Amino acid sequence: MITLKDVHKTFGTNQVLRGVDLTIASGSSMVIIGGSGTGKSVLLKCILGLVHHDRGLIELDGQDVTKGDRDAFLARFGMLFQGGALFDSLRVWENVAFRLLRGSLRRPKAEAREIAIEKLRRVGLGPQVADLFPAELSGGMQKRVGLARAIAAEPEVIFFDEPTTGLDPIMSGVINDLIREIVVEMGATAMTITHDMTSVRAIADNVAMLHGGMIRWTGPVAEMDATSDPYVQQFIHGRAEGPIESVR
Amino acid sequence: MSAAGYLLTPVAGLGRLTLSALATLGRIAIFAAQVVTHLFRPPYYPRELGHAIMQIGWFSLPVVGLTALFTGGALALQIYAGGERFSAESVVPAIVAIGMVRELGPVLGGLMVAARVASSIAAEIGTMKVTEQIDALVTLSTNPIKYLALPRVVAATLAVPVLVAVGDAIGIMGGWLVGVNRLGFNSAAYIKNTVDFLEFWDVASGLWKGAAFGFIVAVLGCYHGMNSGRGAQGVGRATKSAVVGASVLILAANYLLTEVFFSS
Repeated sequence: MITLKDVHKTFGTNQVLRGVDLTIASGSSMVIIGGSGTGKSVLLKCILGLVHHDRGLIELDGQDVTKGDRDAFLARFGMLFQGGALFDSLRVWENVAFRLLRGSLRRPKAEAREIAIEKLRRVGLGPQVADLFPAELSGGMQKRVGLARAIAAEPEVIFFDEPTTGLDPIMSGVINDLIREIVVEMGATAMTITHDMTSVRAIADNVAMLHGGMIRWTGPVAEMDATSDPYVQQFIHGRAEGPIESVR
Repeated sequence: MSAAGYLLTPVAGLGRLTLSALATLGRIAIFAAQVVTHLFRPPYYPRELGHAIMQIGWFSLPVVGLTALFTGGALALQIYAGGERFSAESVVPAIVAIGMVRELGPVLGGLMVAARVASSIAAEIGTMKVTEQIDALVTLSTNPIKYLALPRVVAATLAVPVLVAVGDAIGIMGGWLVGVNRLGFNSAAYIKNTVDFLEFWDVASGLWKGAAFGFIVAVLGCYHGMNSGRGAQGVGRATKSAVVGASVLILAANYLLTEVFFSS
């Protein structure tokens, strides 16, 4: 279970997070929605320790994430980055097996390659892509490779940062389905950041809306459409008019 | 604004600039210390080190070699022309050799490596930062300083002295080519003069300088890459800062090392 209590983060004079309280139950899929620049990615990076929060408490299974063995903590996570963040200088299979080729989860090279090819197959890519470089792949294929890398070490928690950004609607649907299947299959805890309401409905068990640096609304995805919260309603229906100010 | 204000404004600006430069220097020193501490803490990445040695050492050979060749030839011409004024043309082999191994070999080699390598390291790591590859490394339990910076710094520190040694030899050969074919020196006498005049420390000091310059180049490239701003402009600025910073630091370090090595 991931618990955030009164988490604050400020960059210069910009107060991005102003006291975020959120609980993500083990094995559930939480999707964070919110406008651009509301701090969704910062929140995710605070949990992973990529950005240090100024105040508040972030716990994973009751343990403060800022304390304890960092490598052991990170070994429990997998992450799909918005742009894939694949390493250009490594082949596709080496990207997928990155964690399995070094550190505490190290395996023999042949075994790591085998696992990488199996994970690639799981995300719908054939073994022929294993020896290509990321630059030789399309955007959708790169996303799939990123997904394969995120699940390669069978993590307990998987983060997805804008998994469908830049993809066409069909490829977005494929990625959404893959995420849902993999999360259910692995029994992992998932946290996804997205603007894409199709993704929200496909991936989420629970939804939280971040606005003004705080969680504005949270609840099961089934209750999202029925909520009377005007911020949620404006966001999910994509209305220009409403309490969320839009720059024209 | 009062007269005092007009007078103080440029002074305050200069002060701010000095403080900012010192702060940057301090941050670079802390970064360099962090890199060095990783030298004593496994894990290590030998494949990355090998790749960096090839990129920094092997692929810099042509540019360093060509620079040294032309510099040696020009030096021979200059010393001959200057020596003629007081009938000291015979010093050409000795001065070319000492000039190359003590100063021009390491400094020009260092500057060429700075132009080629600091820019490429800063651009590569800067792009990795912008595209979240460095964040991805962290989430994959890999320390970016250990994985990206340490192999490059070690490779440059080891490879640049080798490049300097090769550059020294090619530079002396450039002087010999010009001396023998253009200035009428006897080939055997030119070589004997060169060998007789050079001392071990002349060569060794240049190689130590090369190691220091290699360290500077890689540290500056990695530091500016890892602290790159967003977007193409951020990466461009990081690349420029790495090359300018490395070049200036090489020249400053060259003066300090020359003081240390030869002031007595």
